[in-house]
Amino acid sequence: MRILVAMSGGVDSSVVAALLKRQGHEVIGATLQLYDHSGPAKPGACCAGRDIMDARMVAERIGFPHYVIDAESRFRESVIESFADAYARGETPVPCVACNQGVKFTDLLNMARDLGCEAMATGHYVRRVEGAEGVEMHRPVDRDRDQSWFLFATTREQLEFLRFPLGEMPDKAHVRALAEELGLDVATKRDSQDICFVTNGSYTGLVEKMRPEIQGPGDIVDEKGNVLGRHEGIARYTVGQSRRLGDIHTGTGERQMVTAIDVPSRRIIVGPRQTLTSDESRRTVHLRDMNWLIDAPAEGVRCGVQLRAREGLRQAFVRPLEGNRAEVQLEDPALPAPGQACVMYEGDRVLGGGFILADR
Amino acid sequence: MVQQAAAMQQAPVYLDANATEPLRPAARDAMLAGLDQVGNPASVHAAGRKARIMLEEARRQIAASFGREADSCVFTSGGTEADTLALHAFGHAEGRPILMGATEHDAIRRAVPEAGIIPVDGQGVIDRTALEEMLEAHEAPLVCIMAANNETGVHAPLREVAALCRRHGAFLHVDAVQAAGRMREQDDFLLALKDGSLEGASLALSAHKMGGPKGSGVLLLPEDRPLSPLLPGGGQERGRRGGTPALASHMGMAAALEESRRQDWNILAVLRDELEAVMVQAGAIIMGHGVARLPNTVSAVLPGVPAQMQLMALDIEGYCVSAGSACSSGKVSRSHVLEAMGQGEAAGQAIRVSLPWNVVADDVRAFGRAYGLMAQRFAERGLLKKTSSCGRSQ
Repeated sequence: MRILVAMSGGVDSSVVAALLKRQGHEVIGATLQLYDHSGPAKPGACCAGRDIMDARMVAERIGFPHYVIDAESRFRESVIESFADAYARGETPVPCVACNQGVKFTDLLNMARDLGCEAMATGHYVRRVEGAEGVEMHRPVDRDRDQSWFLFATTREQLEFLRFPLGEMPDKAHVRALAEELGLDVATKRDSQDICFVTNGSYTGLVEKMRPEIQGPGDIVDEKGNVLGRHEGIARYTVGQSRRLGDIHTGTGERQMVTAIDVPSRRIIVGPRQTLTSDESRRTVHLRDMNWLIDAPAEGVRCGVQLRAREGLRQAFVRPLEGNRAEVQLEDPALPAPGQACVMYEGDRVLGGGFILADR
Repeated sequence: MVQQAAAMQQAPVYLDANATEPLRPAARDAMLAGLDQVGNPASVHAAGRKARIMLEEARRQIAASFGREADSCVFTSGGTEADTLALHAFGHAEGRPILMGATEHDAIRRAVPEAGIIPVDGQGVIDRTALEEMLEAHEAPLVCIMAANNETGVHAPLREVAALCRRHGAFLHVDAVQAAGRMREQDDFLLALKDGSLEGASLALSAHKMGGPKGSGVLLLPEDRPLSPLLPGGGQERGRRGGTPALASHMGMAAALEESRRQDWNILAVLRDELEAVMVQAGAIIMGHGVARLPNTVSAVLPGVPAQMQLMALDIEGYCVSAGSACSSGKVSRSHVLEAMGQGEAAGQAIRVSLPWNVVADDVRAFGRAYGLMAQRFAERGLLKKTSSCGRSQ
């Protein structure tokens, strides 16, 4: 079939394209140009300028057409601007989710349909399973590379059209070996990491440049408002973190953690970690913009939930609410960061997910 | 089945001549002779003298084609260098303010970002009233006008422009890169050359737009005169352009130019008109339809459909066409030419089909069918907007 492959220029998506071509499909490669590459390219992040050339070389070598899609303005609006907006609200956004949701699985996917493609493939590590009641999303075979948490916002309609061949790969070494076997120059290229559009190593620098109003130092206070110390800018903090609190831990005699970020007063509110993590009142989490990959369970569903990109599952009961929201009752207390994703799992299967709302 | 497999392996149909023309066999032969000639044209010895004679013959041929003396022909690395040399020598070095048409090529536009921009009308034709006002407001400026536009093929009214420039003491530089190798009797460019309108103007030429090799160009001066070089180097080209001349390439250019003058471009014009009718039928709007244009160029807007989508869809089917401007990464941007023509949204929805000198009529007809099918699919997908106009730009 005619299938569009979203290519970043890295090993993973190159292998996907080459594999599909070898299987006899009519492959069309596409690389999104997400930002201006006139500055120094950042090696190791996806879609830097040289990566576009890498993708082109792979396509030319394997023998299929490849196109560069200008998604600059759309990426700036739907990903970078909302990333900065979220920090300006005191949240901790997940730009990769926004990018997958908008630029990749909406715009590029529509383009694939317009070009008469029957499917679109990416190099994501997640499994697409054809279940009895429709298509399902599962964690990949290689758990170390699991990207299911970042893909929870994929709709069932999108999932129907998508293919993730790497979800079945046992490990990264296997993928690299396959790249060698397929004669791909990118076989030894380093993996992408971090936020791709942050080019000078500091996302706070970018956020503060885009939203100067949140720039500048402020107080670190306890729940009662007592000033415990100073900080260099609220964009450096995430609810739940204990880093960057200076000598406050020793000053108070207890390990502290961030419980809230108050944007108007530019205050970071902290509390003792021990007390907070056992605070029984901190068991309810509210979610917005829910995406269900099962029929929304009116009665609620008992499942595992994952509150951060790299974190284990917590047991919970999730109940859908009006307005595309949901309420999560955690078995054990937690301090999830507003703006992050809460993704529900049943075994390997992704049931759905939403974005964490600030609780006050 | 066998037939289908054979069809799939067919070479793509090349309809992007304005990007670069296929190499003409005569140019190839001339180049081979040039490549085999050892010797630097600047050397004193026998081999050098032989190379020099070949270079000078190419120079004479090219200059004569435009009714000029051989010594007015300065070889360069291509059209961009020829344009840049003109801007430098007649503009900056002589202290002239610079005016340029709004639809000029980037070779001119980007070289002088601060230049005065002469507007064009909705068809892409230079606004003579505006030009005259600007000529009155500037002291003896350098005026840069392209003979034919690379995207739309629209010809400039060069005789009128030249007369205005002469009247106001302005120096005229004509970017003839697209027009020089595709001249017809009725074209304003050729008429202006013949009636002496361009006697005082410099012309930029490019070999590969005529069916010669990439990497060779010419700046034709109004007369044999010294000028301030961009590359002083070893004083080659009589001190006007340093560096050892690319003998084989320049010979290829002379041969290509000669061939292009022998070509009957009306045959291409008929094919082009036929194709435009098919494209209009499919929902396209033709840019610059109402005015004199190159015989091989179609600039077609498919309302609502991004140019990038059209390029991809047609490339997948095996047709090489292009859009306004493609950056080095291959990303397709909006057309500054159509923007200057006041076409708004359409500037992002136009493709350029430019028939090469050796185009095959059946290929053009097959392209027309593929274009129609593409437009039909985009219409079914809800991308293509129906237009109320008759398919022609105003």
